Amino acid sequence: MVQELAQIDEIVGKYAGDKSALIQVLLDAQCQNRWLPKDILKGVSQRLGVPLTQIYHIASFYKAFSLMPKGRHSVSVCLGTACQVRGAPRLLDKVTETLKVKSGETSADMQFSLDTVNCLGCCALGPVMVVDGEYYGKPSAKELEQIITAKQIEP
Amino acid sequence: MVSLQLRNLNRLLLQSKLNREERNVSRLNSAADLERLRQEILAHRDPNKPCVTICSGTGCHAYGSEAVYEAFVKEIHRNGLREKIDIRRTGCHGFCERGTLVVIFPEEICYLRVRPKDVPEIVSATLTEKKVVDHLLYEDANGQRIVHEGEIPFYSHQSRIVFGNNRLIDPRRIDDYIALGGYNALAKALFEMTTEQVLSEVKRANLRGRGGGGFPTGIKWETTRNAPAEIKYVIVNADEGDPGAYMDRSLLEGNPHSVLEGLLIGAYAIGSHQGFVYVRQEYPLAVGNLNIALEQAREYGLLGLNILGSGFDFDVKVHRGAGAFVSGESSALMTAIEGRVGEPRPKYIRTAVSGIWQRPSNLNNVETWATVPLIINKGAEWFTSIGTERSKGTKIFSLVGKVNNTGLVEVPMGTTLREVIFNIGDGIPGGKKFKAVQTGGPSGGVIPDSLLDIPVDFDELTKVGSMMGSGGMIVMDEDTCMVDIARYFLNFLAGESCGKCLPCREGIYQMLKILNRICEGNGREGDIEFLEEISEVVRDFSLCALGQTAPNPILSTIRYFRDEYEAHIKEKRCPAGVCKALIFYYIDPQKCQACMICLRDCPAEAITGGKNLIHIIDQEKCTKCGTCLEVCPPRFGAVSKLSGVKVPEPVLQGTEAIRKRGKGK
Amino acid sequence: MSEVTLIINDEEVKAKEGMTILEAARNAGIDIPTLCYHEKLAPYGACRLCTVEIVRGQRSRLVASCVYTVEDGLIVKTESEPVIKGRKMLLELMWARAPGVQPIRNYGMRYGISGVQAIRDYGITSISTTKFEIEPTFCILCGLCVRYCTEVKRENAIGFIGRGTEREVVFFPEIARKECPNCKECYSICPTGALPSHYALAEARHST
Repeated sequence: MVQELAQIDEIVGKYAGDKSALIQVLLDAQCQNRWLPKDILKGVSQRLGVPLTQIYHIASFYKAFSLMPKGRHSVSVCLGTACQVRGAPRLLDKVTETLKVKSGETSADMQFSLDTVNCLGCCALGPVMVVDGEYYGKPSAKELEQIITAKQIEP
Repeated sequence: MVSLQLRNLNRLLLQSKLNREERNVSRLNSAADLERLRQEILAHRDPNKPCVTICSGTGCHAYGSEAVYEAFVKEIHRNGLREKIDIRRTGCHGFCERGTLVVIFPEEICYLRVRPKDVPEIVSATLTEKKVVDHLLYEDANGQRIVHEGEIPFYSHQSRIVFGNNRLIDPRRIDDYIALGGYNALAKALFEMTTEQVLSEVKRANLRGRGGGGFPTGIKWETTRNAPAEIKYVIVNADEGDPGAYMDRSLLEGNPHSVLEGLLIGAYAIGSHQGFVYVRQEYPLAVGNLNIALEQAREYGLLGLNILGSGFDFDVKVHRGAGAFVSGESSALMTAIEGRVGEPRPKYIRTAVSGIWQRPSNLNNVETWATVPLIINKGAEWFTSIGTERSKGTKIFSLVGKVNNTGLVEVPMGTTLREVIFNIGDGIPGGKKFKAVQTGGPSGGVIPDSLLDIPVDFDELTKVGSMMGSGGMIVMDEDTCMVDIARYFLNFLAGESCGKCLPCREGIYQMLKILNRICEGNGREGDIEFLEEISEVVRDFSLCALGQTAPNPILSTIRYFRDEYEAHIKEKRCPAGVCKALIFYYIDPQKCQACMICLRDCPAEAITGGKNLIHIIDQEKCTKCGTCLEVCPPRFGAVSKLSGVKVPEPVLQGTEAIRKRGKGK
Repeated sequence: MSEVTLIINDEEVKAKEGMTILEAARNAGIDIPTLCYHEKLAPYGACRLCTVEIVRGQRSRLVASCVYTVEDGLIVKTESEPVIKGRKMLLELMWARAPGVQPIRNYGMRYGISGVQAIRDYGITSISTTKFEIEPTFCILCGLCVRYCTEVKRENAIGFIGRGTEREVVFFPEIARKECPNCKECYSICPTGALPSHYALAEARHST
C-alpha cells in the first residue's frame, strides 16, 4: 500500500492535487499499472479528497480503465463502422477462436487480453487489429496464427 | 498485412524536445516581431531546395512511415546528400488508401504506397538523376500515370482550404506553421480588430458547427460573450466519437496550430482567458503533437500572458477522454472536465450560459476552430462565396468503407454525394454495386442510390432523414445488410448509453433485442411497427442527443430498405447474405471437382469428402466463416452462399465427383 | 423574486421565477407523475415520467417538467396525447424491470399498460401479457438512494457503477458497514423496495 501511495502522490502532484483532474490521474495510474487495483483507487480517493463512490463510478464508466488485471499482451479489434463494413466481425471471430478468449476477457494463463475498440482512425487498413501497440490490417488466418505464436514465445 | 510500432511515439516526442534546444527561441512581443520572425525563417529556407516530405499521420504510421523516414535519412546520408536535401515528416495528406505518401518538393512529385525498400530507388532516380519512378506514381483508370499531387483526381476534385496545409508542415515545428503565414490572423485580430469586429466577421461568415449540430458558430460565441460572468471558457471538442470519422484526429495531429490559432481568436472575441482541449485518449499521436504545439507556442509568447505584447492573456489545458462516446456531448464533456462522470446534464440551460462550473462555456469542434483563422485572414465575403445558401465554406469528410479511395476529403458545401463517392472516391471496389452511404455516425442515417445527387449541405442531409454529423461518410455496397447495419449502430449505442435516463437505456436495449431476433431468423409480424413505436418515445423522451438521435439509423433503414426488413421477417432471408442465421454455404455436387482445398482449409472441419469424392458441408458444424467460398477455385465455382431457401438434400457420402474433362489441369 | 403566470391544462397558474413546471403544478394541485423526484433532492431528470408538452407560438416540445424552469406565458399540457403515449411506453419498460411493484402498478392502472391489465383481469403477471420480456432487476435506477446518501446524509455509502444497462447501484462495504446499520433511511425512499436485498448482498459478499 505504501508503494501505491507513493506512486499516487507523484501522479497527483503532477496535477497539483486538482480534484477536477481526477480522470487524468486515473488515466496515468492505469497506464503505469495496466489496471487499477483497489488500493490505488482508495489511495486516489484519499489523496484527492474525492468520495470512493465517485472514483468507482468513473473507473467503471470509462472503457479505458480496467478493474481487473490484464494479460501480458493486449489484443484489440476495431469495430468502427468502416471496419465493420469491411468484415471486422469475422476478424473478431477468428481472433476469439485463435486466442480462446472472449472480448473483454483475459486468458486463464494471463497471457492475452482481448477487447474491442470503436475506431482507431486508420480506416484504410480495415479491418484493423492492434497487438501491443502494433497495428495489423486485414490479417489472414495464417498471419494471425503467426502473430499470436510469436507473442507466446516472446521472453 | 501492415504493421506499426507505436512505441516509437515516445522516441518522436523526445526527438522534438531535442529540436527545441537547437533553435534559438525568443519571445515575440508584437505583431512586428512575428513578421520579422517569419521573414527570418523564410530567409533560411530555399523554396527550390529539394525536400522529401513523408506523410506521418496515424494512418501512414500504420503503414510504416517511420521506417520509410529512417530509410530516407540513411540513404540520403549514405549518398552524401545531407546538406542538399531536406526531409520533413508532415501531417496527414488524406489519401489514406495509398499510404505511405511521399511528396518530393519543389516539383511536388507524388509517390504512393512507398515502402522502405523503395527508398534507394527514389533517392538515386528522383533526387539524384531527377527522373521519376513510374511504378510509384498514381495510375488512373486508363493506365495514365500522374506525377503531381494536385493533378491526381482524388485531390483535384477537392478544395483543401482547411486541410491542405497538413502536407506542408511538420506539426512538431511551429516555425513551419509560421512560415506559411501562421498566427497572422491572430495578430490581425489582436491589433487591427476590436472584439466586436472579430465576432461580427465570424457571424457574417455564417460558419456553422462542424461537429454535427451545425449550429451557427457566431451566435454561440455571442451568447457566451454576452452571458454575465467574469470568467468564461472556450473548449475544443476533439472527442470525435463517431466510429469511422477521423478528420479531427488528422487535423489535430497534422496541424495543431491551426486549431490553437482559431481558439485564441475565439477567446479574444468572447472574452475568455482559459481554454480546454478535450481529446480522446485513443489518439496518442494527437495528444502528443498538441502538447508539443502548446509548449512551442508558449515559448514564442503566442500563448500565456500578454500574448504578442497585446495585453491579452490566454492559456490552454489538455484533458484526455477515457473511452465514452457520450462524453463527447457538450454538457457531458464539460462535466467530465470538472472531474465528474461525463454524463449529460438534464437541465434546459445552454452551456454557453452555464457550462463548466456553471460558467459561460463556448464549445466548438476541431474543424470549426481551424476554419476561424481563414475567415479572419480572408474575410467573411470570401468564405460565403463558397458553399450553398445556408451551408457556407467547405467540409472535411472521412470517406471510408466499401470505396476505392479511402481517405479524408475536403469539398465545398454543395458538392453532390455522387461526386464525392465516385469522382473522388473512385467508386466501389471489386465491381460491386453501390447500395447506400451512411452519414452522421450513430445519430445519422443511410442515403440510397436514388438520392446520390443531393448536395452536401446541413439542411439537405437532414431532409432525407440523415444528417451531416461530424463528417463520417461510410460507403456500403450490395454485400452490406441494412438490417445488420441498424443493429450494429444500436449495439454501439447500447454500449455507450450512460444509462441514466430510462427511455435511452431501456428503449435502445429493447430495440436491439428485437433487431437481434430479426437477424437470427425469429422476426415477427408487427416488429417493424413496434420498432417505430418505441423509436418515437426514445426520440422524444430521452434526456440527451444520444438517446434522441438513437432511432435514426433504424428509422432511416426502414424508410429506404423496408424490403430488407420484410425479407428477414417474412422469408427468413438476408438479401445481402450477411446474417449468419439466415445464410448457408452449399457445395454444388454437379460442380465440385473434389480438389480438397476447402476441405483442408475449413477451420471447423465441417467438410467431408476426399479425393474424387464430392465434398459435403455438415451444416451443423459449419460456422459460416465463408472460407470455402473464398478458396474454391474460380474455374470450378462450386461453392455458393444461399439464403431464404431450404438446404438441398445432401448427396450420399462417398459419391464420386463428376470430373470435367478437357478443362486442362 | 418576481411572479410569472403560466397556463397549465388551460388553467392559469401563478409561480415564482426560478421554479420548475413540476413545482408550480404541484403547488396548484395538478398532479404530474414522477418516480425519480424528491423534494429534498436536486431534480435528476432520469425517469422522464414527468415529461409534459409545452407550446410556444406554433411550436410544441416535450420537456421534463422537473427540470424546466417556468416562463411567463408558457402553455403547458400535462396529459396530451403524445405525453400519455410516451408515459405508457416508459411504464411498460419499467414494468419489464420491476414487475408488480406498487408505484408502477398504480401509474400502470392510471394509464393502462398491458402487464397491469392482466393483473386486473386475470390476477396474473406473465411474460406473454407484457409488451417487453420481463427481465427483473427490481432496480429502475431512479437514483433516489444514491442521491439521498450523497446530498442529504453526505455519507457516500452507496453509488452507481457501470453504464447503460450494466449500470447498477451498489453499497460500498467499507463505508456502509459503519454508516448503514444506524441509518437505512434510503430503504423507505426506494420505490421498488429493492434496496434491502442490495444491502444484504453487499453484506454477504464482504463477509466472505
